[in-house]
Amino acid sequence: MDASAAARATSAVSSIPRDDDGPVFRAPWEAQAFAMALTLHERGVFTWPEWAAALADQIKRAQAAGDPDTGETYYLHWLATLEHLVAAKGVTTAETLNRYRNAWDHAADRTPHGKPIELTPADFE
Amino acid sequence: MELRVRALESILSEKGYFDPAALDAIVQAYETRIGPHNGARVVAKAWSDPAFRQALLDDATKAVGTLGHVSRVGDHLVAVENTPDRHNMVVCTLCSCYPWEMLGLPPVWYKAAPYRSRAVKDPRGVLADFGVSLPKETEIRVWDSTAETRFLVLPMRPSGTEGWSEDQLADLVTRDSMIGTGLPKTPGAPS
Repeated sequence: MDASAAARATSAVSSIPRDDDGPVFRAPWEAQAFAMALTLHERGVFTWPEWAAALADQIKRAQAAGDPDTGETYYLHWLATLEHLVAAKGVTTAETLNRYRNAWDHAADRTPHGKPIELTPADFE
Repeated sequence: MELRVRALESILSEKGYFDPAALDAIVQAYETRIGPHNGARVVAKAWSDPAFRQALLDDATKAVGTLGHVSRVGDHLVAVENTPDRHNMVVCTLCSCYPWEMLGLPPVWYKAAPYRSRAVKDPRGVLADFGVSLPKETEIRVWDSTAETRFLVLPMRPSGTEGWSEDQLADLVTRDSMIGTGLPKTPGAPS
């Protein structure tokens, strides 16, 4: 991948957890959420300053609601920011997000343990 | 969390914002930077502490649990030990059960159907592709991860590491050596 895109992201968003070699993630989904923001930025959906401001807002809201702010929840806020921004930018709607979330939830429930979870049209019903 | 990520990912890829494969490629670039990578520590401890090694081989779930790792990591974990007579290699259907907490993210080739089928039919050939050649006498045993059981290969401790600390040893343990498609690094070799 384009390492410079990631480097630009980490320098523009100073709060990203990192070590000397770049961003670090606690779980695969965190890296996925990071990658999605990177891609949406490259597609021009938002600028990094815009992203940083939205993320800061999100973190402030979470802290006001009692988030312990230990760094462990960083990518939770990152994900909430993604969800918020894609809706705010008209990429999708909060309603669609909900529908897909429920569908994935349904797919996860019906998929036997150990099988890959896949979304089918029936999951939306 | 994972489902929320998946929901976003499926919406955005359906709308053409990205190709899921491109997203995977970005994540893959961070494959070594995700998770606590406890596997190397477990292996290093087994190399240093004979009682722990035995406990690990007897019941890896329990042994890893005593190290205070996330409990989910150890569920149904089986450690298989490499010896001069037997080399172990793991294949997986790549369900959500891959022990990424211990091994980091699986490599791309691990998910590929060709790897899986070839590993079973021609493990020596697959190993050769990874630059690993074993003595002809060494039996190669292939383990197929299932929903119930996941495997951790306990590689052989490299020679020339007598008296090394667990930290030093852990640096030699590569992900591939814990899947069995590689060997641990050898002392003094460029990393």
